[in-house]
Formats: sequence, C-alpha cells, structure tokens
Amino acid sequence: MEITLNWYLTLSALLFSMGVIGFLFRRNAIVMLMCVELMLNSVNLSLVALSQSMGDTAGQILVFFVMSVAAAEAAVGLALVIAIFRDKLTIDVTQINLFKY
Amino acid sequence: MTASILFFVLASVAIAAALGMLISRNPVNSALWLILNLFCVAGLYLTVNAEFIAVIQVLVYAGAIMVLFLFVIMLLNLSVLPDLKRIEWRRIIAFIMGMGLLAMLMFIVANTLDMVPDPVTLQVAAETGSATSLAKVLFTQYAMPLEVIGILLLAATIGAVVIAKKKPV
Repeated sequence: MEITLNWYLTLSALLFSMGVIGFLFRRNAIVMLMCVELMLNSVNLSLVALSQSMGDTAGQILVFFVMSVAAAEAAVGLALVIAIFRDKLTIDVTQINLFKY
Repeated sequence: MTASILFFVLASVAIAAALGMLISRNPVNSALWLILNLFCVAGLYLTVNAEFIAVIQVLVYAGAIMVLFLFVIMLLNLSVLPDLKRIEWRRIIAFIMGMGLLAMLMFIVANTLDMVPDPVTLQVAAETGSATSLAKVLFTQYAMPLEVIGILLLAATIGAVVIAKKKPV
C-alpha cells in the first residue's frame, strides 16, 4: 500500500484536533501551552509533507520559522505562567479571572 | 512496503502519545508524552526525507522547548492534582462547531483548488530536504526573515526575563 500525501495530511489534521481538544478542555495552563505546541507541530508536519511532495524548499523554510516562533512563544508563555503563579498561587485557568469583573 | 509499515507505526504511536498527553492528569506525564509525540513526528519527517527538519525537531522541540516546560513544571512544584470537574457542555459545543467550520473550510479549499495529492515517493525529494539545499535558500532568498526571527527571539528572551522577574516591592 502506497503512502500518499493524504495520509500525512490526515494525521496532521488528527493531531491538530487533539491539540484543540486539549486546549479547550484542560485547565492546567502549562498543559494548554503544550497543546499549542502540539497544534504547531501538526501544522509543521503537513507543511513538510506538502513541501517534500512538491519538491519545493519553501515549506521547510516556513517550518524553520514556525519552530523559532514556537520557541519564543513557549518562553514568553511560561514566563507568564510563572508570573501568574507568583500572584495567584495557582495555574488553573478557571481560577485566573483578573479581567472578569 | 517497509516505508508504509514505518509510517503506520510512527503515526499510531504519535496519536497514542497525543492521547496520553490529553488524558494524563500529572503535567510531568503530559510533557513526557508530548516528547514521545515529537520524536514520532521527527521520524515521520525522516520518512519523507526531510532530514534537516527532523534533526531540528529533535534538537529544538524535544530538546530545548520541552526541557523548558519540564523545568517550569518542577519550578512551580504543583504537588496537588486538581480535582475532576463535571464536563462543560459549552466547551464541547464550541469544539464541535469549530471542528465543523474547519472541516467545511478544508472541503471548500480542497474542492476549489482541485488538489490531487501525489504519492510521497520522494526519491526526487531527497535533495530538497537536505541541509545543503535548505541553507542555500535560507541565507539568500530568506535572509531578511532570518534576521527578523533573530530579533524576535532576542525580544522574546528579554520579555520572558522581564515578565518572570520578581517585582520589586
């Protein structure tokens, strides 16, 4: 059985929707950030598969930049988590309601 | 044949690891499952001959970013696991509607563009995934975005230090 591009795109879509599920349903802020990483990663997978099947390097350059942005996002996000934990002593996102009232 | 077996093994382990990340209650376990998932995706990059991206995936994602995550989890030292709450229907409806919109958009885009995916055979694509060919375009055609990414990383580093710093009382 030949592995076509469809399989890679389907796997990417599955991993992306799992990341969305985690982001919506988990309450731990760190795990939510991890789910964002999972989503970025699944997009990278589809970009690499498309780029390689077309024989074009542009997609992989884009993946390189997405990884850099993901690293920056993780650093700033985790710094925010630390700052919030210092203030509220929790990282449960249902307890963090600074803007609610 | 071996390539397709490799794909299915890696894909199923990746999905299982993502599920494990979703359902494990301890954040450390979640992080370890995510690392397994990232390794599997790196293996999938190798099956499409994207060697450079696979190496970068292991170094940057599974190495640097996940170490940062584990470091923060252990820094915060959350010994108490949160209690299980009842299911929030609002979020379930939000998820179903969002996924429906995504599926609709994907269907429309795929229909309009008339994409017929090629088989990923990739003897030809071996050279587009190598570090040599990527570096050639990265440092000529995409040199400006590369510099901008450098500035972005510097700004993110400084921002992270400033945000996480203890406020002077």
